[in-house]
Amino acid sequence: MMGSEFVALSLPPMLIGVLAAITCALPGNFLLLRRQALIGDAISHVVLPGIVVAFLLTGTVAALPMMLGAAGAALVSVALIEAVRRMARIEAGAAMGVVFTTLFAAGVLLLEQSDTSGVHLDVEHALYGSLESLIWLDATGWSSLLDSVALAGLPPELPRMAAALMVVALTIALIWRPLALSTFDEGFAATLGLPVRALGLGLVMLAALAAVAAFDAVGSIIVIAMFICPPAAARMMTDRLSRQIGWSVAFATLSAVIGYVLAGYGPLWLGFDSSVSAAGMIATVSGLILGVAMLAGPCRRRAGAASIA
Amino acid sequence: MIWQALSLQLGYNATLVAIGATLLGIASGVTGSFLFLRKRALVSDAVSHATLPGIALAFITMVALGGEGRFLPGLMLGAALSSGLGLIVIGWMIRNTRLTEDAAIGAVLSVFFGAGIVLMTVIQSMQSGRQAGLESVLLGSTAGMLRADALVIGAGGALVLLAVLILRRPMLAVGFDPDHAAVTGINVARTDLAMMGLVMAVTVLGLTTVGLVLIVALLIIPAVTARLWTDRAEVMVALAGVVGGLAAYLGAAFSATAPGLPTGPIIVLASFTLFALSLALAPTRGGVALLLKRSRFRRRVHRRQGLLALGLGQPIHENFTLALLRREGMARADGEPTQQGRAAAAKALLDEARWAALRADPAHGLTASRYDGLTPIETVLTPDQIAELDRHLPRLQGVT
Repeated sequence: MMGSEFVALSLPPMLIGVLAAITCALPGNFLLLRRQALIGDAISHVVLPGIVVAFLLTGTVAALPMMLGAAGAALVSVALIEAVRRMARIEAGAAMGVVFTTLFAAGVLLLEQSDTSGVHLDVEHALYGSLESLIWLDATGWSSLLDSVALAGLPPELPRMAAALMVVALTIALIWRPLALSTFDEGFAATLGLPVRALGLGLVMLAALAAVAAFDAVGSIIVIAMFICPPAAARMMTDRLSRQIGWSVAFATLSAVIGYVLAGYGPLWLGFDSSVSAAGMIATVSGLILGVAMLAGPCRRRAGAASIA
Repeated sequence: MIWQALSLQLGYNATLVAIGATLLGIASGVTGSFLFLRKRALVSDAVSHATLPGIALAFITMVALGGEGRFLPGLMLGAALSSGLGLIVIGWMIRNTRLTEDAAIGAVLSVFFGAGIVLMTVIQSMQSGRQAGLESVLLGSTAGMLRADALVIGAGGALVLLAVLILRRPMLAVGFDPDHAAVTGINVARTDLAMMGLVMAVTVLGLTTVGLVLIVALLIIPAVTARLWTDRAEVMVALAGVVGGLAAYLGAAFSATAPGLPTGPIIVLASFTLFALSLALAPTRGGVALLLKRSRFRRRVHRRQGLLALGLGQPIHENFTLALLRREGMARADGEPTQQGRAAAAKALLDEARWAALRADPAHGLTASRYDGLTPIETVLTPDQIAELDRHLPRLQGVT
């Protein structure tokens, strides 16, 4: 398991999984505290029509137009949700339900109507990606990590995901104080003259960036799970925001590694001959971690709620 | 082609699908409106995604027992069990941890769906899974709908509607004000449980037609659409049923006209079209009505300000005001008032003066608060009161 085969077949997808999980978990912390956890759900649904439209316009599955299309769709959906909420004067949850289901349905329809048989683009791929297929054919062993020729053959999703993580992490570090302040007390932040609306929108854009980058590699189901489960589990562990983010990164990493190993090798250990979906297993493991944290985390109850005597 | 589809002349199977879908649409529209009133629309998203592991487990169990994996009632039972478990978990999370409802919904949705995906890949590696194509429960597929399936959906939809009819009063009461409902002796927890049970039933019934990813649209969109047309809850529930049924019928009929048109997404887009039309056209809440109301208000303000300017002999600089007054025969092109304009201007000035007197008098405090510079004073005071007011009025200036 630890030989050259591991470096070629398992290391790149596992790394991509870890990077994707952390990239989504970082903005997820703030979404969770702002009670906007389901924005992640909405965004990951509307990524599909964005990608399909980008494909129809350019005719290729190149990364840049896809990311632009998906980011555009995320912006459009956020604007539409706000418009529906105000015009119909209904609660945000229902407005979200109207918008993202419609956009997703439009994406599915476009996909079925257009000729995508020549390219790897279908609904199943959009839902649970194909993490297992992101292999590194040029690798011959651990020494390949130092070989520049072999490194050039790395799956392009890996540097892309790393870049997305850098952008997300740096942005959050840069706007840390105003973002944290407006997350905990928007009214107070506004009286200090902070641009709370811009901060809120910026957070949604960060989440969209994370979703789009991760979606490409791992499908939307991991995106939703990683937006919510690691931050929620981290929230059970601590009352401090900085520590919560540290915990969430640890939980996201743990989910990705354990999930990938269980999906790839678990069935073999049990005597079956084929592996199961890595994306689904990573989501499941993150749920199990959340379950343990909810049962045993030191800060699992609401402040002021009766503690177990 | 589309007319044949709408009049159910595209053959036995298409007719079956259309009727089944319509019944499902009615049931989901009605059920969804209670969910919407309770402000828990997105719980249905978790319910529907949480069905997947149950469906997969039911399939595996039925195949392991040597049966047909795609037996619909069996899959439905599995779906109901696992989404019920998902609901229990959401409730437990909200009660026993500091997580809020949206986080609980998102966590259950993604984890259950992820586990379902894992089980689906297990099925794909099984021998009988290859022919089964269980993926159709994700987005719905009516192509292979059997008569027995349509009967199950029809009977289930009828049962859901019957249950709604029996439970409508407690569900409405809880939807409007759970605290008040609890005081009047309604068991709120049990009513919520019944409502979520109905949502679960609709989700499970919709698996074959709309698919579990999109059934949430059929629960939310008709209810939101109906809300635009009325402020009465009973009317809204009935209307949501009509909208849901219509959308499902149109969608099913339209998707039968061509092979590449998946039923579920078409139904969702049909219901969104109805929603968008309602958003534009609905009385009082619709976009057109709001625009008309705003332009009426704008004209009232301009007419009033224009008349006051005419009365005081001041020039009118605003083009819109002048055009408005000219169109109504109040002013000439050079800004001079006509005979009719002079009278209306005098009336407006008198009105302003009366309002000023009224607002100066503390005895009229409450009435004075209704001053907005537009309301004629006759609408808030009786003729006697106006006559009384006029006796204290200073001599009007600028009016001849």
